[in-house]
Amino acid sequence: MAAFTAPAVEQSQLSDNTQFSDDTDTLSFEQAVALLAEKVNFKQQEENLIRLSGYEDERVYNILYSFSKNTLFYVKETKELVSAVNVGDSYKVTSVLAGEVLDITSKSSLKKVKSKNSLRRLAGEYLAVLGLKSKNVSIRKKAVYDVIKNVDEDAYLTLSKLVKTEPEADILELIQVGVAMWEVDSDIQQTRLEAIETLSESLIPDVRVKLAAFNKKTESGEYVETDKRIRTAAARAVGKIDERIGFFSFLDNVVFGLSLGSVLLLIAIGLAITFGVMGVINMAHGELMMIGAYTAFVVQQVLPSHIGLSVFVAIPLAFLVSAMFGIAIERFVIRYMYGRPLETLLATFGISLILQQMVRVIFGPTNQAVETPPFMSGSLEFNPIFAITYNRLYIFIFSIAVLLALIYILKRTRLGLQVRAVSQNRQIAKAMGVRSEWVDALTFGLGAGIAGIAGVALSQLTNVGPNLGQAYIIDSFMVVVFGGVGNLWGTFVAAMSLGVISKFMEPWAGAVLAKILVLVFIILFIQKRPRGLFPQKGRAAEN
Amino acid sequence: MRSWIKKFTQATVAGVVLFGVTVSAQAADTIKVGVLHSLSGTMAISETTLKDTVLMMIDEQNKKGGVLGKKLEAVVVDPASNWPLFAEKTRELISQKKVDVIFGCWTSVSRKSVLPVIEELNGLLFYPVQYEGEESSKNVFYTGAAPNQQAIPAVDYLMKEVGVKRWVLAGTDYVYPRTTNKILEAYLKAKGVKAEDIMINYTPFGHADWQSIVSDIKKFGSAGKKTAVVSTINGDANVPFYKELGNQGISAEDIPVVAFSVGEEELSGIDTKPLVGHLAAWNYFMSAEGKENEAFIKSWHKFIKDKKRVTNDPMEATAIGFKMWVKAVTKAKSTDTDKVEQAMIGIKVPNMTGGIAEMLPNHHLTKPVLIGEIQEDGQFETVWQTDGTVPGDAWSDFLPGSKDVVSDWVKLKCGNYNTKTKKCSGQNF
Repeated sequence: MAAFTAPAVEQSQLSDNTQFSDDTDTLSFEQAVALLAEKVNFKQQEENLIRLSGYEDERVYNILYSFSKNTLFYVKETKELVSAVNVGDSYKVTSVLAGEVLDITSKSSLKKVKSKNSLRRLAGEYLAVLGLKSKNVSIRKKAVYDVIKNVDEDAYLTLSKLVKTEPEADILELIQVGVAMWEVDSDIQQTRLEAIETLSESLIPDVRVKLAAFNKKTESGEYVETDKRIRTAAARAVGKIDERIGFFSFLDNVVFGLSLGSVLLLIAIGLAITFGVMGVINMAHGELMMIGAYTAFVVQQVLPSHIGLSVFVAIPLAFLVSAMFGIAIERFVIRYMYGRPLETLLATFGISLILQQMVRVIFGPTNQAVETPPFMSGSLEFNPIFAITYNRLYIFIFSIAVLLALIYILKRTRLGLQVRAVSQNRQIAKAMGVRSEWVDALTFGLGAGIAGIAGVALSQLTNVGPNLGQAYIIDSFMVVVFGGVGNLWGTFVAAMSLGVISKFMEPWAGAVLAKILVLVFIILFIQKRPRGLFPQKGRAAEN
Repeated sequence: MRSWIKKFTQATVAGVVLFGVTVSAQAADTIKVGVLHSLSGTMAISETTLKDTVLMMIDEQNKKGGVLGKKLEAVVVDPASNWPLFAEKTRELISQKKVDVIFGCWTSVSRKSVLPVIEELNGLLFYPVQYEGEESSKNVFYTGAAPNQQAIPAVDYLMKEVGVKRWVLAGTDYVYPRTTNKILEAYLKAKGVKAEDIMINYTPFGHADWQSIVSDIKKFGSAGKKTAVVSTINGDANVPFYKELGNQGISAEDIPVVAFSVGEEELSGIDTKPLVGHLAAWNYFMSAEGKENEAFIKSWHKFIKDKKRVTNDPMEATAIGFKMWVKAVTKAKSTDTDKVEQAMIGIKVPNMTGGIAEMLPNHHLTKPVLIGEIQEDGQFETVWQTDGTVPGDAWSDFLPGSKDVVSDWVKLKCGNYNTKTKKCSGQNF
């Protein structure tokens, strides 16, 4: 049942199934709906769906919609069909026939109706036909979009009627594409050429497939399409589409690169403070991020019904928790080892192992589920082939905000002034009355806190587990070293350029080789410029 | 500081030694069972559960009176996700701790590292995880799935039931995905799929940035033919992968992903919303109906004292392997490796998903294959399963090198017998 067909056609196709035809005549709509909850096999359930879609009842849309979204259940005792939608930590259960909200809040008394991918797809195809008449703009748009993938005669007739009535300009454009998808196969050459012209403006993948098919050859070397003018027109249209696709995939790579760069920036910026400004090689940096991510998890456990809010609560909290760990590490371990980088490296590596095992003992070795709030799922679509996913967009904005805040702290606040003074010349700073030990602890805490914030961002992108830190520690050092030690702008430029370089290399080199090439590039670069992109100048650079 | 590190190391060593002593200082007349699963490091996430499963099985067996009138005693070691350490710990278990059998390993590389040691010392290893095949050692019993018990049936399902014409083989870059994909590619080509309709992609361990790859899959899937992704992506990289699929608007209805490494345990640690409707192929699902399975889940919850903990395929494979070993020891009336090895073949234990698991002469099992759709609660709903059980094939029929190789430890006494040259190559590693 992969091909799209309207309900009317469906019935005639299945007319050999006499049992089925009888059913449609005798069953009431309510009976047909109730059949969905019966214990059936997939084939029978498919028949149930086909039968249901034949009814002229406005409730069909909602039932099929719930079915396609996997939210159609039935009450175990009464076999009443309901849709159950997750609202916070409970469920809103609505009877699909009566339309009333039922007094059920847990899923334990419900059972899902039998369903699988191909059935949900089928329901989606029927929905598209029904959705064409919907008053809701977004439903109508989605419906037209779905119909275009497989236009048949019925859909064509509906679409050509809609051309005259559709008020929304962008939907009208889509409808015209749908009409052209059918007319391109008509008998009149002029109509076909015009249709090809219309189609050449569209970026929908199915349109390109359709146009490209005109220049396909059969196995004996003959063109499938006999009309030469159509073939040339189609080839030109494909060329035009490909040109635009090329442009957008370039844009895609830039966006992907900047987004990877913003993640690199977030994970490296805390290290840019501890390693860059203080000169401490902190191998536990990744674990400080892990602690931030676990803070996000704990906050979500405390606020299970406010997933969106929990992210905003987690950010300052993760900063505080990680900063406290950072200050503790500095006070109890690192301060005894200033000026001895190798020992600091070993000690912080040891701390990273201790922190990992601590998390394993407290939370267990398995990953923890951190839910993505609804506003961070999905993507911002510009056209059928170019879209930016929301989580990446927010993380990009977030990382820039963190960078600016940090620059502000370092350049405009008293703490920042003291940090810079201590990092440039500890002795003189001390002589001027700066409590250098206190500054050391706070600086390390600041770097650690930023790592915690990065952890919250990572919890939205990847697994929250004991190994989270290890996966990112190499990358973060790479960015800081490449950017130039002690320079936040350097870190920014390094993160963004490494992100974009990786993403442009990935399509032709593959993810594994791209990673290797980036590392080789950095090794060569460091050979030439050991102090990175933006080396510190002046007296401070000498020590 | 040096002294601090020194003290710390001493304390750790002392702790480890103490732990070892308490474990081994029990009654002398016991049968010792070695447990070789990582309890720290990257693989702890999966392997800790299997350690607990073995301990549970031992506990239950002891309540029934042990084996051959002796109590079973677990000797737990931690190879710490460190592959060479797996070999060292194996040697320690057999030579020093004198264990009679070992249950352990997860990754293929850890098994390959144990192999030379276990063959040299003539020990016995039960390996409970699905793997790439191309191996059959006299000293190892493979209770997980061989490729023909997971990958091939899954592809058959997609081809016949879903009508997939274009294939993305995506995997993490190491031995299991590489070999499995090689087998699948050969299989697909044998079924008439053209090279241009197969896209193969490898990513590093723990790959987190899937934007370009998912966008490539989207482009590959928009060629007008039904497309599916066959994923051998390992553990941690799966979450960002599925999240990216969801964010870029690829649903299971458009491009289904069938995974061989995503089970109940992995799903319990992630937000399942973007995964709903995607597929997994296993020989066991926690949701499978049946008395055996119900009893297993019940005793697991009782043992682990947590009703939320799930069961998964490698746990079932561990339990079946354990039951078989008990039966074989009872049958052989000895724990001697050679006697148990011969007694093992032909032993039958009921599968928890129906049918009977039988140990074949090639040291692999007969298993049913199930395809399940991921549900929002992290469980699977079975949408398809093989009619009966599928016998495990150690040497794939779809690879040029292994086509003519068979394994038979009864008649041929060889795990690597070439039917063309009529020679047995003993080398397994």
